[in-house]
Amino acid sequence: MSAKKSILIINQSAPYGSSNGRESLDLALTCSIFEMPVSLLFVGDGLYQLINNQSPEQLQMKKHEAMLSALPMYDIDQIYVTAEDLSENDLTENDLAMPVTLIQRDVIASLIQQNDSVLTF
Amino acid sequence: MKFSLVIHASPFSAQTSSTAYRYAKCLLDEGHQIFRIFYYGDGVLVANQQITPPQDESNLLTAWQALAEEHALDLVVCIAAAVKRGILDENEAKRYEKPNANLASGFELSGLGQLAEAIAVSDRVVTFGS
Repeated sequence: MSAKKSILIINQSAPYGSSNGRESLDLALTCSIFEMPVSLLFVGDGLYQLINNQSPEQLQMKKHEAMLSALPMYDIDQIYVTAEDLSENDLTENDLAMPVTLIQRDVIASLIQQNDSVLTF
Repeated sequence: MKFSLVIHASPFSAQTSSTAYRYAKCLLDEGHQIFRIFYYGDGVLVANQQITPPQDESNLLTAWQALAEEHALDLVVCIAAAVKRGILDENEAKRYEKPNANLASGFELSGLGQLAEAIAVSDRVVTFGS
């Protein structure tokens, strides 16, 4: 594979209502294996993927948090959340399952611009 | 320009899937190159050869097959997403001891590495979400 293109994956789906969250993470891990720099942005309902202490076993589903915990092992540490999404949902960083970089919503455009490729789930 | 398309949308419950087809057709008409079409999530359902729409409805499966045939398109179906949804080629049917394979001709089951490669080599990657 030629150039190492940087990828931004935008996650805007809640974790258990669709397979988007799972499939997005699978792609992030795969791109990382190919040494492509991966950034993840969680916006809107996508923020719910990051909330800690989820109990999806009641839905007979796998814990999204457990998959997220694999990200550091794949050197994926550029994880962005907007301050507006947190406050609008009455959440703080302490409610999240992992450390994130807080950005203002109007920074999203430059985040998109900085990356060679953008995929949305 | 070299494009790749990622299709997540189900061919039955979302219009996005047929929009992706018309977009691909349009790109080719305009002289662009399509490196790969990658079917992911519910998008893989279009690769089921048993799809039998009512006679007065369009058939997205045969439309993709015809376009792929005409332009030698690389139609790749995510193997994990497909097997989970019951789209199997001969190998997978054998591996999981299922009575038959149903992957439509013209499509190929493969891994996410194919999408990573498409992202790496294409000038533009366009997602058709659910």
